[in-house]
Amino acid sequence: MQDNILSMSSITKAYRMGNEEQIVLKQIDLQVRKGDFLAVLGPSGSGKSTLMNIIGCLDSPSSGNYMLSNQQINELNEKELAAIRNKEIGFVFQQFQLLPRLSALQNVELPLVYAGINEKERKQKATEMLSRVGLEDKIQNRPNQLSGGQQQRVAIARAMVTEPTILLADEPTGALDQKTGQQIMELFQQINREGKTIVMITHDREIAKTANRIVHILDGQLREEAAYV
Amino acid sequence: MFKENLKMSWMNVMNNKMRSALTILGIVIGVSSIIALITIGKSSMNEMTSEFELFGADKISIQVLGTPLKQGLVESDIEKLQEIENVAGVSPTLSGNTTVVASGAEKTNVLVQGKNDVYFSKSKDLVEAGRGINQLDIESENKVSLIGSAIAKEMFFGQDPIGKEIIIGGVSYQIIGTLKESNDFSGSSTNDSVIIPYTTSMGLLGTGYVSSVDVYMKNATNSEKITEDIEAALSEAFYDKKEAFTVMNMQDMLSSINKITNMLSFMLGGIGSIALFVGGIGIMNMMLVSVTERTAEIGLRKALGAEPKRIQQQFLLEAVFLSLIGGILGFFGGVLVAYVVCLIMGTSLILTASTVFLALGFSAVIGIVFGIAPARKASKLHPIDALRSV
Repeated sequence: MQDNILSMSSITKAYRMGNEEQIVLKQIDLQVRKGDFLAVLGPSGSGKSTLMNIIGCLDSPSSGNYMLSNQQINELNEKELAAIRNKEIGFVFQQFQLLPRLSALQNVELPLVYAGINEKERKQKATEMLSRVGLEDKIQNRPNQLSGGQQQRVAIARAMVTEPTILLADEPTGALDQKTGQQIMELFQQINREGKTIVMITHDREIAKTANRIVHILDGQLREEAAYV
Repeated sequence: MFKENLKMSWMNVMNNKMRSALTILGIVIGVSSIIALITIGKSSMNEMTSEFELFGADKISIQVLGTPLKQGLVESDIEKLQEIENVAGVSPTLSGNTTVVASGAEKTNVLVQGKNDVYFSKSKDLVEAGRGINQLDIESENKVSLIGSAIAKEMFFGQDPIGKEIIIGGVSYQIIGTLKESNDFSGSSTNDSVIIPYTTSMGLLGTGYVSSVDVYMKNATNSEKITEDIEAALSEAFYDKKEAFTVMNMQDMLSSINKITNMLSFMLGGIGSIALFVGGIGIMNMMLVSVTERTAEIGLRKALGAEPKRIQQQFLLEAVFLSLIGGILGFFGGVLVAYVVCLIMGTSLILTASTVFLALGFSAVIGIVFGIAPARKASKLHPIDALRSV
């Protein structure tokens, strides 16, 4: 239990739609250890996006307890949550979410801007991270001058640049062809081997298999896939 | 952190050049009309004020119509005016037309004005050569005169008229000085006139009544009290017949003209303010559209760790940039318009530092006032909703 980076107990999320209360997540318990590569596998509407939002501190649970890096998340205000997102979590989105007018380098720099790091150090760190994902010769390119796979690599570099506690990926291959998707997954595996904790949300069983641990989510409930424990 | 936000906001403004340009048009028009109106107002007011000062701001003019029984002021009335507190001097004027003869030449219908020593001591630059009328001339009703530049040229061409004789209305006067050439601008040219002591002129013109008096004040700030005292003295002299005289206070006239021009400036400035207000709404509208358009960007920035305050600052800065650019362009536009108008009116352009600050301050305030609502809206967007809107 000591080396749990992420620990959720009895997390419930309910939305109120008119008079009806819709429970999206039911009593979720989840532990993630340092160095884990966890895939959360589930069909659309299973509550996996909601779970990801809560893990990513973008949303707060209706009830339950959420600890991330020994910090109680469910009691923080907007400003503190912003700091947690900045320091502890690196997001990788399905649609890359790069700012189109910024160069690859500037996109990777962005989280460091919010972390209050000076320009010289920012440039150095971002350049370093871009070469780690194999884009050292594309740092001045804008997103529209990059292929889908390259864009996702920029997004991964952006997620990694603050050296977050966990890398949180939401369908990272969803917008890519199979071959490119595979390359991205190889990159994730490599990053994981270097010691980074990864939580990946996906509906694709094949993609989920690249992880070393899978949990299933269905109708708001989690179930561990025993074979991978 | 502020520097980074400044950069990002500037980039966003610049990335939408066409839209930014259209948005700031309202501000440009508003600021330029305000700047133009204020500058034109100030310039023309300055022109008027200096014209009036030339005429004499420390002077109160009395015009006497008189009554059938008493056609003007007599010497004792003038003495009473002299005794009023804070009066520096009284300069009565008697005038009439008569024939003058000098050097064998005759000139008919010459304006002869009776003045006193105060007139010469208070109005500088009157005498070209020789001396003005002094107190002794008044007391002893000396037969001395000063002649206008046109008369000097016509009757004493090529010679020095001072010390020579001139026959005015059949009586010989000694010329003690010549008057400086004056322009016709103020309508009181002395070029064709002859000035003699007013005591002497009473005999010459056959009247004991003075119809025009200028009262000089020691201090123009007391003008109201002095005007009241003069009016009181005059109504006593004319047995409470107020229609027998008019008192014109230059200071009052000046301040009422100032009041009118100020009011005009305010009114025109008000119209400009409406344009500014409309421009501000334009900025707000554009910023709201921008927030909606960039919902995903805002969500992403929040996911990457941007605090709500930073998002708010970024959007607020964009609004301020827009309106400041508008303000700067408007300032130059307004000055250009004012310059052209002043050129046409023939007045000189007055540009004060306060006008510059007004333009910049106004537009910055507009940016903040109309930018705050969209910026707050952006900062309050929930990151998930924002990211979901891709």
